[in-house]
Amino acid sequence: MSSFITRRLIALIITLLAVSVLVFTLSRVSGDPRELYLGEFTTDEQWEAWGRQMGLDRPLPLQYLVWLGKAFTGDLGNSLREQRPVTTILLEKLPATLQLGVAAFVFSVVLGVLLGVLAAVKRGTMWDYLGRTFAILGQATPPFWLGIMLILLFAVQLSWLPSGRRVGLNSLILPTITLGWLAVAANLRLVRSSMLEVLDSEYIKLARAKGVSATGVVWRHAFRNALVPPLTQAGLTLASFIAGAVVTETVFAWPGMGRLAVEAVNQNDFPLLVGAVLTISFIYVAMNFLVDISYGLLDPRIRYS
Amino acid sequence: MTARTLTVEGQAPVRGKRYRRARKSWREFRRWPVIPLLLLFLFVFGAIFAPLAAPRSPTLSNLRDRNTPPVWLEGGSSTYLLGTDQQGRDVLSRVIFGARVSLIIAVVAVSLSLVAGTALGLVSGYFGGVIDEVIMRLVDLIRSLPFLLVALVFVVVFGQSFALLLGLLSVTAWTGYARQVRAEALQLRERDYVLAARIANASTFRILYRHILPGVVSTITVISTLQVGGLILAEASLSFLGAGVPPPTPAWGSMVAEGRNYLQSAWWIAMFPGMAILITVLAFNFLGDWARDQFDPRLRQL
Repeated sequence: MSSFITRRLIALIITLLAVSVLVFTLSRVSGDPRELYLGEFTTDEQWEAWGRQMGLDRPLPLQYLVWLGKAFTGDLGNSLREQRPVTTILLEKLPATLQLGVAAFVFSVVLGVLLGVLAAVKRGTMWDYLGRTFAILGQATPPFWLGIMLILLFAVQLSWLPSGRRVGLNSLILPTITLGWLAVAANLRLVRSSMLEVLDSEYIKLARAKGVSATGVVWRHAFRNALVPPLTQAGLTLASFIAGAVVTETVFAWPGMGRLAVEAVNQNDFPLLVGAVLTISFIYVAMNFLVDISYGLLDPRIRYS
Repeated sequence: MTARTLTVEGQAPVRGKRYRRARKSWREFRRWPVIPLLLLFLFVFGAIFAPLAAPRSPTLSNLRDRNTPPVWLEGGSSTYLLGTDQQGRDVLSRVIFGARVSLIIAVVAVSLSLVAGTALGLVSGYFGGVIDEVIMRLVDLIRSLPFLLVALVFVVVFGQSFALLLGLLSVTAWTGYARQVRAEALQLRERDYVLAARIANASTFRILYRHILPGVVSTITVISTLQVGGLILAEASLSFLGAGVPPPTPAWGSMVAEGRNYLQSAWWIAMFPGMAILITVLAFNFLGDWARDQFDPRLRQL
């Protein structure tokens, strides 16, 4: 068990380092960092002075380490546009992203599991067919288009719900549906096939033979064991939700980290973009790691693969 | 009907004879992915023959006619079947031309990632050892990155370009091939005919190319059809965020983004390109499912 964790931990560190190297390289490839701050009328001496101050005269690997060290201590530079520390801005946006991510996660798990169980239990009937159709549609729908259509229907035509922007609890509904839609479809399929497998197994036949009621068989016996694959998948889904639901936040003007990254792109605010991407990537990778570990805890077969 | 049905949880219900016969003919028909193939044919045809298929040019803007509704709504006209956008360009033509981008993505990105992924997967599976470790670590690394964000950064650094888009998509997609092909190669290399070839002193390349590769072809086909939909969606998302094909090339994702500002007044600008994406990806997914069921049901968990 501990070797499993150690291996995964090493993989995590390597991945995080690789991400940081990638981000750092890209940020330098796009040009001299001084160009962000200095205009046309800087003299050569000012250019040099800035260079020394920013440590640009040192060898590149050293610059990378310095940069990484700063990032570690929470110093990601200042946003060009707002002249505030990037870290502060990111922390401000974090709650919004968390809120949306968790809401979408709960939504996708609850709905996906319920529909999946329904489709499995009522296999071959209308419910199953509807469920599978829904799943297939869900996986083919472009999320940004779905969000826009939802806004069109519920906010513009019917005026039932606000179109986002995080004003009040109502505004959470549409973004949650949009973000969770694909995951509902995926969960549905997974739960359905998992349930079908379990319902076919020996101990379920025994339970039926014993006379356990239909509901009892489904919920007390089959359900728990069918949940393992979907749960681990759900963990990965949560990671991707939190790692910046970039598109959804953009569509609904949700003030989260994903949208921050997109805005940074549009405003050419490079330090902010680099900081945001680095942070979001770290969260994403770290959460995947946690899910991996918990998967290994749940299912001993994984530990030895 | 209810009297003739026996239902047990998790088992398909047992039904009467007439029902079963009707279902059987339906099932025979559904053996073939008729509708997806038809849709895809339209898609490919429309994309290739866009200049002929589209009623007018996708970039021709006629500002007098901006924001005209589709023909079946009040104010619509038969010159613009699906209406016009905010610059007076025909939506239908732009949608047809937008299929070109998606088609090129589908073909080129899949081809590139197929070649790279299969090659690396074969090498990884057949040789094992350090090479295998390195390649699989690389696959894990690429898969653990949040694609959209990384793509955004690349676009900021290198600017919007078609080549960059294809490159990004391919680099992400080849991992999907590598894993499966590696698993197949691991199994295939223990087969008798491979051992025989090795005894006969066949060169490694020959073994890989002539003995192992044919064994993974069906897997590759299935993966390709399953990947295409995802790639088209990825390109659409990038275009939506402004990181896809550079303007003025019409792309479905960027059309939806443009239409966003006119939801109240001209909702058709955003709706129809999005529907095009939905239908195309749906068709590819159906085709992929069918291919998988035909050729390699072991891939069901994908």
